[in-house]
Amino acid sequence: MSNKRTELKVSAIRNGTVIDHIPADNTFQVLKMLNLDESNRQIYFGTNLDSKKFGKKGIIKISGKFFEEEEISKIALVAPSATLIEIKDYDVSKKESVRLPETVEKIVKCFNPKCVTNIQHIPTKFTVTQDHKGNMKLACHYCEKTMGEKHIEFL
Amino acid sequence: MSKLKGKSLVSITDYSKDDILRILDTAEEFEANQRQNILNGYVIASLFFEPSTRTRLSFESAVQYLGGSIIGFASADTSSVKKGETLKDTILTVSNYSDLIIMRNPMDGSARYASEVSPVPIINAGDGANQHPTQCLLDLYSIRKTQSTLDNIDIAMIGDLKYGRTVHSLVQALSLFGAKFHFVSPDSLKMPSSVKTWVKNAGLEYHQYTELTDVIPIADILYMTRIQGERFPDPLEYEKVKNSYILENAMLENSKDNMKVLHPLPRVNEITEDVDDNPKAYYFQQAKNGVYIRQALIATILGLK
Ligand SMILES: [Zn+2]
Repeated sequence: MSNKRTELKVSAIRNGTVIDHIPADNTFQVLKMLNLDESNRQIYFGTNLDSKKFGKKGIIKISGKFFEEEEISKIALVAPSATLIEIKDYDVSKKESVRLPETVEKIVKCFNPKCVTNIQHIPTKFTVTQDHKGNMKLACHYCEKTMGEKHIEFL
Repeated sequence: MSKLKGKSLVSITDYSKDDILRILDTAEEFEANQRQNILNGYVIASLFFEPSTRTRLSFESAVQYLGGSIIGFASADTSSVKKGETLKDTILTVSNYSDLIIMRNPMDGSARYASEVSPVPIINAGDGANQHPTQCLLDLYSIRKTQSTLDNIDIAMIGDLKYGRTVHSLVQALSLFGAKFHFVSPDSLKMPSSVKTWVKNAGLEYHQYTELTDVIPIADILYMTRIQGERFPDPLEYEKVKNSYILENAMLENSKDNMKVLHPLPRVNEITEDVDDNPKAYYFQQAKNGVYIRQALIATILGLK
């Protein structure tokens, strides 16, 4: 196998999705959150790559995978700057920035251990808001507590 | 008929300014004429998953003055909850037997959840550290009654402002009326930034202090709260501050004539007994106002007012 061919294999997928512009610090978090570490699909990723826009970025390419709305919400929570590029037959068929949803349901755990959703296993629901510094916050629909990005834990 | 008919009350923010004023006006009606047999034939469930004798008796008194019947339990020990029944099952069962459910539950957010599964309206009588809206309404009633208005009052809140849910709700509610806030607490129990952001977003002013004496001459309302030793990460720090937030009668000398002292009760030692005889002490009347407020809420939510 020649070097050239290996390089080609890493850089291009025939069908699937590329998640680009992930903040470099969160590349592994995105992989884990989408359970890509346990997937049987062909996955290529790089992190700490140079980016004009972000300084350092991560990129993930997943063969044969197209994301559902719920998974895109998840990506937006940990990588709000990410771009999703869908590839069909080596061509870009769709390219869009992820967008934070207004509400996040059933995918994130409330960080408050006394919250009813943690004690009685009730589906969670959060409103996406911002604090006065513009940081993303999730406000629990039930216990009304607000948590920041560092407390986000996926169910 | 009010649009509040059939609607649960979980959090004070569920109510608009008009909704709040409507409840206060109705409570005034009940203060003038407390015994009204309008709940004859109605069954109210009072589910206290944790004991709170004061709040429970106030609600039950409100139901009795209206001529209604009460079913329920005063603590989870004697109920099916102890056998592991889920909150949903308890609520669905009890809603078969009653027209309205009053619930106190130690789980944060339990009241919102109950209101979503229940076919009958829920009144939240306290859900853990989260909300206790009837306390907030009776505080507002007491403020309006003693100041003749809710608009633009100077309110000083003293004590544990970090964990005190009553002060958080009161800030949210008073923000609708344009108050000026004075927060007095030790450094480690300051008002959380989320509450201060709320004040800022309402375009209002707040000031922070560590000395109780600083706010006495400027306040219309002195809202005292308990400071609990277990809230302090460092017991030494508690020892240092625990006596700095005690109100004594002599300290009220240079307070405004219209000033009133409020406290959600029960108190421990943060207001000395010599304050009780001062006409500016209002905390026992404040507790009494709670019955009128609860009568007004129950009657309004059942569509009888
Ligand atoms: Zn919660």
